[in-house]
Parts: sequence; C-alpha cells; structure tokens
Amino acid sequence: MTAALETVDVSCVFQVNQGFMKGSKPLRAVNGVSLKIPKGQVVGLVGESGCGKSTMASILLGLQEPTSGEVLYSGESAGSFDGKDIARRIQPIFQDPYSSLNPTKSIHSIVSLPLRIHNVGDPADWDRKVYDILDLVGLPRRVAQSYPSQLSGGQRQRVAIARALIMRPEVVICDEPTSALDVSVQSQILNLLQDLRQELGLTYLLISHNLAVVEHMADRVAVMYLGRIVEEADADTLFRDPRHPYTKALLGSVLTPDPSLGVPDTHLGTVFPNPIDPPLGCSFHPRCSACMDICSAQTPMPVTEGDHMTECHLYAPQEAVAV
Amino acid sequence: MSKDVILDVRNLKVDIPVSAGMLHPVRGISFSVARGETLCIVGESGCGKSLTSLALMGLLPKTATRTADKLDFLGQDIRDLKERQMAALRGVNMAMIFQEPMTSLNPAYTIGNQLIEVYRRHIDPGKAEARERAIFLLEKVGISAAASRLSQYPHQLSGGLRQRVMIAMALMCGPDVIIADEPTTALDVTIQAQILHLLADLQKEFQMGMILITHDLGIVARVADKVQVMYAGSTVEEGPCQAVFDSPLHPYTSGLLRCIPVPGKTQRGSRLGSVPGIVPNLVGDLHGCMFRNRCDHAEAACEALAGDATQLSDGHAFTCRMTPDEAAQAARQTAREVA
Repeated sequence: MTAALETVDVSCVFQVNQGFMKGSKPLRAVNGVSLKIPKGQVVGLVGESGCGKSTMASILLGLQEPTSGEVLYSGESAGSFDGKDIARRIQPIFQDPYSSLNPTKSIHSIVSLPLRIHNVGDPADWDRKVYDILDLVGLPRRVAQSYPSQLSGGQRQRVAIARALIMRPEVVICDEPTSALDVSVQSQILNLLQDLRQELGLTYLLISHNLAVVEHMADRVAVMYLGRIVEEADADTLFRDPRHPYTKALLGSVLTPDPSLGVPDTHLGTVFPNPIDPPLGCSFHPRCSACMDICSAQTPMPVTEGDHMTECHLYAPQEAVAV
Repeated sequence: MSKDVILDVRNLKVDIPVSAGMLHPVRGISFSVARGETLCIVGESGCGKSLTSLALMGLLPKTATRTADKLDFLGQDIRDLKERQMAALRGVNMAMIFQEPMTSLNPAYTIGNQLIEVYRRHIDPGKAEARERAIFLLEKVGISAAASRLSQYPHQLSGGLRQRVMIAMALMCGPDVIIADEPTTALDVTIQAQILHLLADLQKEFQMGMILITHDLGIVARVADKVQVMYAGSTVEEGPCQAVFDSPLHPYTSGLLRCIPVPGKTQRGSRLGSVPGIVPNLVGDLHGCMFRNRCDHAEAACEALAGDATQLSDGHAFTCRMTPDEAAQAARQTAREVA
C-alpha cells in the first residue's frame, strides 16, 4: 500500500550567519529522515523544541524545499506538483489560534479563502459549503459574520480546523493543535479531531510534545532528536516497550495526575546541544544515562526489529559492536 | 494554628470597572500558606488565578480595587500598606516567577546586572557581596559556569536556563513566600520536570511557602500539598492534594479530571470527557452557582443559591448544593459514562 505521505531520506540544512565577517555554518535541522504516513492513520511526531519537528511540517506542506531527499505524495514525487496541488492534498492546523487567523477578516472570509483561491465549483455554492463545514466542526452558523477577536480560543481552533478541511484534504498536519488551549477545551478539540477522522477518512500527522495526547491519538509514533528519528514503532509497542534512552526519558517526564508520585527526575541535564555544532557520534550521548564508549565515537545505525526502529548502540547487533 | 502560617488571606475580592459595568474577576477567595508548604491554584484561563497572585503582590492595574477581610503576611496586615512599604516587601519577602522567561527578563541588561540589582536595592548596596550571592544561587539552580554566565545576555540562554535565572532572581533576597504563575507552561516536558524538581528542592531547603498557579492537573498532583480549584473567580473545591484527586466532589473538578488522557488508563482513541460551554461573563450583579450552565447536575435551586462551602474532615471542602454523598455519587456516575 502506498503511503499518503512519505519522506525518503529528507535533509534540510540552513546556513546560519555567525556574525560579521565570520561567515556562516550549516545547521542540519532535519538530517536524513524517512517517515511514512499510511493512509487513514494518525502518526505522532514527538520531541523537544528545536529538534526539527516544525521544519518537517514545513517540508511536508511544501513550504520549505528540502536540501536533499524526496517527498512523495501518494507515491508520486513532489516535483510533479505545484504549491496549489499540494495545498489541496495537505492542510495544516497550527498551535496558536490567536495568531493563525487574520484578525481583520470575518470567519466567513477566513474559512472560504481556500475556495476562492482554488476557485472550485460555483461561487453561489460557497456559502453553503462554509455553513456545512461550520456545522461539521461544531460552530454555530452565526459565527460566520464574527471576527476572530470575538471568539474564544477553542472556537478559534475550530475555525482553523474548518479552514483546513473545507477543501477536503487527504492529510492534515496538526502542529501542537491543543497546547495553547485549556484542558476542558483540549479534550473537545481532540474529540472533534477523532470524529472528523472517522467521518472523512482523514490522515493526521500529529506533532506534539504532550505524550499523553500522542498516546491517546496516534497509531504510530516517531521520536525525533536533533533532526533524526531515533525511535519509531506503532503506538502500543512504543509506549509499552520504549527502547531508546531518550524515549524513556520523555515518557518518564509525563506528569500524570497521580498525587502518590512525585516529580520525576529525568537525569537529562539542562543543556540541549547546539544544533550548529552537534556532538560527535550519537547526538544524544552527552545527555544519555546509558552512555558507552562507542557512543561518542560512532554514529549509531538504525536497528529494526519487526517494525520497531531504534537508532541506538544499546540495540546494535553484536557483531557490529565487535567491529 | 499549629503550622507556621506566613500568608493568610480571607475573602479576597478584586473589582475592575469596565465599560459594560463592574467586572468581578476574583470574588471572595480564602487560603493560607505555611512555611514549607505548596499551595496549587488550578483553573481555566479567565478564572482569576493570575489576578489573585497580582492582588497579593499589590501589582494590580491602577483602576482595579482590592478588598479583603484579612490579608496577613508574616503576621502583618498588608491591606493598607503604602506603595513604598509594599515595594519593600516585594522581592525581599515575597517573590514572583512569571510564565514567560522570554519576556520577563530585560534583554538590554546582562543576567548578572539583573540579579545583582535586586539584592543591592533591597539588602546591601555592596557589589561584591551581591555578586557572590548571584553566583551561589545560579549554582544552586543548576547552572554550570555560573561566574561567566553573569556577563551573558538573556538571548544567549535557552528557555530552560532563562527560567532558572528567573528562579535564582526570585531567591536573591531569600523570600518567605514565592508565587509561581505558570512557571513551566512555556517549556518542554523534559525541562518542565527539571524545573519543578528544582523548585520543590529549593522550597524544602529554604523553607519557603509556595503558591503555584497552573492549569495543568498533572503538575498539581505531583507537587501540591494543598489544592484550590478556582472557577469564575471563586473557589469551588479545596483540600489536601490526595483527597481532591482521589475523590473530587465538585462537578467542575471531576469534569476537568475526565478531560485529560492518562497513559495506561484511558482507552486509546476513546472519547475524552469534556466540560461543555464556556466560562460565564463576570460583569455586573452575579448570583447563584456560576457553574450551573455547564453542570450536568444543575437544578433550579442552583439559579438562586451559590451554596456554602461544605466542610469535610481533613480540610477538604467544596461549594455546591449537593451533599458530599450526592456529589461523590455524581462524580462516580460521570466517570462511568465516560468509560
């Protein structure tokens, strides 16, 4: 089965200016990532800020040209599409509904913008389409005449979802869709995303640092660290049997509402490495509690067991370690 | 009182005149904090959490009025203190940590400058001693190479480091109570755990009282001694952390707890519980239970009567017309509906 969206060994390198007369250095925001998003599934992408999650989102949305590697939409290379084609297939939902909606436009105008850009169907039909999609995301029709400032955070996020869905895309990229919202609103939005997925057969890439949300929503999970995917497995396996020390640390820092447990100690240290000057060998080794000699010398190769991929020397086959 | 209570607040109210009438964002809340104790104030945005903390610090906007039956800090009534006297308390005896470490540090001054300024202004104008204390505290909050950090600017530090600097700054004058307003909301999960760990350690070491304001029930469960659940400017439930999480009684508290997915407990892909509706408008004359429009158990009686706080043993209390037994049953019933 071809994946709805796939990246093959995608890298994205930015040249970062080092200051006057000092030239520039490469920053590998995304470093050889191969990720498959099968049709109809929810793939979770987790990691700390600065690990390249959002650059991945921009690449998938066609907003950022990868330096090398290839993005495939339903098995076809991105080169054969222009921006509008990609936008019809893939739509984003961003983190902050306060800044992702134009404050000077009415909700009707915001939601109908994709229709006007792609100029699909009969303009007389557009009103009906807007009202249909507002019904679908659970907003009263009267908000069509309102402006973003008149809506609450949860309502705004629903508007953002309506705008993303009005062209009936195949894939929706949710970049931290609920982290700016209150818990009671977060659960409403997550429920809505679940319902829409079933109703419209959507495929989601869910980018989040909230592992509780990812565990609840995702079928597959990829853990990203410093531009690499260090562990990938289906959600059940990953949360039951995390292998990479970084995944373990991330899972350990989830604060479940259980008063009998204290604040976990992750032993991660404070320093997120500088991505311009990443550590040699395994990029996680300075923060790793299970660091070995080999980790600072040699970059680990991906080890796949079933469909559980881990990139860590702890799980390297024995003969490779002996060499 | 057996414990060494440092902050005692009774019936605190904040009123702000707006064009539509009088806004009542904080409507009579009471709490106390003892030395070495952590009080968590939890609630949705707009419930008055942050204004409560600003009211304590005397940092309300000029148009706002603050009233209280009692506002005792270290045994001193601080209701009618002049701004100058309040300023002497702020930073020295009570300190605050804000949510955004990106915006609460001045980008034009070095870390050292900002740390030392507090100490020189309040405690001792000598520069060397202040510098020594700054280095000592930066090391305490886990910043390596502290001495060289003093000459760095905020933009040279990561979010986690900046929040550590903010904590060090709050500790410069050895405060008795520390008010942390969403201290980890802007940070990554891994850093969040570290910062909370650090705050808890420092609090025990320096025997401070701490008021932690958050909307994250996970944080509350892990760090709080006492919990105060706020809704629409008043307290709907309060009590020892364990009691509130084990047997939430107010429909709002149990509703919030149902909203969060818990790894290992919530069925994947199942519907999460939700608290439908939005926070009511707090302008004008308010009467009855403010939660009635969003409550599954609302009755006609809720319209008129706010209900007095029902006290249980061990300090657990909730404000609802239901009796504790009815409330407990209602909470169990909604828990079943979700499952």
